[in-house]
Amino acid sequence: MNIHEYQAKELFKSYGVSVPSGVVVDSADQARSLIESKSGIFGGQATVFAVKAQIHAGGRGKAGGVKIAKNSADIPGLVAGLLGKTLVTHQTGPEGRVVRKVWIEEGAVISKEYYLSLVLDRSSRRISILASTEGGMEIEEVSAAHPEKILTLAVDPEIGCKGFVGRQVASFLGLPVTLYNAFASLLSNLYRFFIDTDCMMVEINPLILTGDGRLLALDAKVSFDDNALYRQDKVMALRDLFEENELEIEASKHRLNYVKLDGSIACMVNGAGLAMATMDVIALAGGSPANFLDVGGGASKETVEQAFRILLGDPAVKGIFVNIFGGIVRCERIAGGIIAAAKDVKLHVPLVVRLQGTNAKEGREMLRDSGLNLQVAEELFEGAEKIVLAVKGAK
Amino acid sequence: MSILVDRSTRVIVQGITGKEGSYHAMACRDYGTLVLGGVTPGKGGTVHEGFPVWDSVRDAVDAVHPDVSLIFVPPAFAADAILEAANAGIGLIVCITEGIPVQDMMRVRRILDIKNEEGEDIRLIGPNCPGIITPDGAKIGIMPGYIHKRGRVGVVSRSGTLTYEAVWQLTQLGLGESTCVGIGGDPIRGLNFREVLALFEKDPETEAVVMIGEIGGDDEEKAAAFARAHMTKPIIGFIAGLTAPPGRRMGHAGAIVSGGKGSARDKMKALESYGVIVVDNPSVIGRTVAETLKSGSYRRVPACHGC
Repeated sequence: MNIHEYQAKELFKSYGVSVPSGVVVDSADQARSLIESKSGIFGGQATVFAVKAQIHAGGRGKAGGVKIAKNSADIPGLVAGLLGKTLVTHQTGPEGRVVRKVWIEEGAVISKEYYLSLVLDRSSRRISILASTEGGMEIEEVSAAHPEKILTLAVDPEIGCKGFVGRQVASFLGLPVTLYNAFASLLSNLYRFFIDTDCMMVEINPLILTGDGRLLALDAKVSFDDNALYRQDKVMALRDLFEENELEIEASKHRLNYVKLDGSIACMVNGAGLAMATMDVIALAGGSPANFLDVGGGASKETVEQAFRILLGDPAVKGIFVNIFGGIVRCERIAGGIIAAAKDVKLHVPLVVRLQGTNAKEGREMLRDSGLNLQVAEELFEGAEKIVLAVKGAK
Repeated sequence: MSILVDRSTRVIVQGITGKEGSYHAMACRDYGTLVLGGVTPGKGGTVHEGFPVWDSVRDAVDAVHPDVSLIFVPPAFAADAILEAANAGIGLIVCITEGIPVQDMMRVRRILDIKNEEGEDIRLIGPNCPGIITPDGAKIGIMPGYIHKRGRVGVVSRSGTLTYEAVWQLTQLGLGESTCVGIGGDPIRGLNFREVLALFEKDPETEAVVMIGEIGGDDEEKAAAFARAHMTKPIIGFIAGLTAPPGRRMGHAGAIVSGGKGSARDKMKALESYGVIVVDNPSVIGRTVAETLKSGSYRRVPACHGC
């Protein structure tokens, strides 16, 4: 799960990681009244402000989602320009994300920019610190062009992010020695936040050294471990459903694992690995997958019916390929579920069902005898070819 | 021969009175696995579906000296269950549980590594995996037993049903399997491809290995590099997730292409460069194994002699 920058900054602050003061608004009027009443940051000495669109994706700056106001009077206009705008960045996909909230913060005098992140690194099986002197740039680009400018340091979970770790990173970044302790405490606070809230990734890009010698997180990106949300009520409260796909939200209510893609052939599969392989085989047969959908171990009538409804909720879907490997659940039961669900849902697109595994022959016979308008397949690739052909024929 | 488990392997089940644990303990016993009982804290001394139940793994160890513990404990308590088994001296822990917080596994794995550095010999399979099966020997997991047939091919995989798909093809073609190990779909796990490949290389019954990977991480590449240096047996590889977009998690917590790393195409290329026979269509895994074994001169020459 991801959260917005303004939410991440509030969390940082509560963990003693300094961030610029700011306020979140969802209308230009709200911004105007805050400025007029000189509330919060507008009552202080700040004359320059950053006005930042809040969406769950990086690359906002390049997409025009971050503006600088040299005067507080310019802010309402900038807010109005951002709200409702669809931002397309390299992380949003071509459909982009609509801006619903804007974060306004005090401008800071930047003397130096750094990159700092913590990531749960599967390769070292530890939380790794990534630090670089090339702040403000995309870390992937730095990694490709100047790998020597990135320090990667895995923290031993038995030791934790102690002072010596922080000093080592500070030294790599070339910070003044007088700031070593301040940096080490920032890093250890960040690590404590990472552990406490079950993060997968925390990124500050840039972390800045201000003109008056303070370390300040100018940006904040955080993602959490979905598996740990059950014990993170405070994090769950920050979930923004507008940032998620409607069909995916609906699927998660029925414990279906669904990811929408942009193709036209929907698939319904039991098991995540087989579901990915099924998408791949659809592409191999000349089609394009409309989704990833893992219906889990049992494919009961109710599960299949919900899955059909979700797949058909995507107007781009022109055909459905059901691929079930019956193991513990036998194929006759699965066939029964598919037949009952297909009757109730009234499918209007071609359907190919591939059943394999326990009692597959009986299951396939039931499907053939059902009188439903569907095709049956034995092999995975055969099934994919059949659905691709059926969709082409239907056009 | 086979790897890790066989007919004489003694098994207990942690979480045996739960719905899943109970069902699969019986299914494993029906298959012929020596399931000696199970553990549910607070239910020690009772009998469940014919299985004796103990309060702790320690009690079970004292009573029946198991080799393996099979874990069906819910995600919030699974890390504790793994450590309990490890502390009681169980040598092979198979954790089926899906959805364990990654940081829990980070700490568990660190502790297991420390124990092993101190000279203990503890192996963990999983979590979030189907388990391990040696056909006609022992089924220790949730896989459907009957699709397997004892034979010549070792299978190691990050996925569940996709493994069944490959196993089914091997069985239908009469090749059969020596042992199938599901190492699980989580980013931090116990046994990895590399360790399982090393075991298959030493097993006289295994003639070829099917390795089923997926997007995310670089474990497949590391294993293939190891194989290039040390293995004589052919490896047939498949990587799921060619069509998965970057940044989206595909079901398994570990199946995600992040920061441009771990894509299926990159993995396939790397595997091929290390001499793995890579198929892009999972329907032909079995056939490719058969053709490889039939070709006679299929043995690889390891790059690293005697090291």
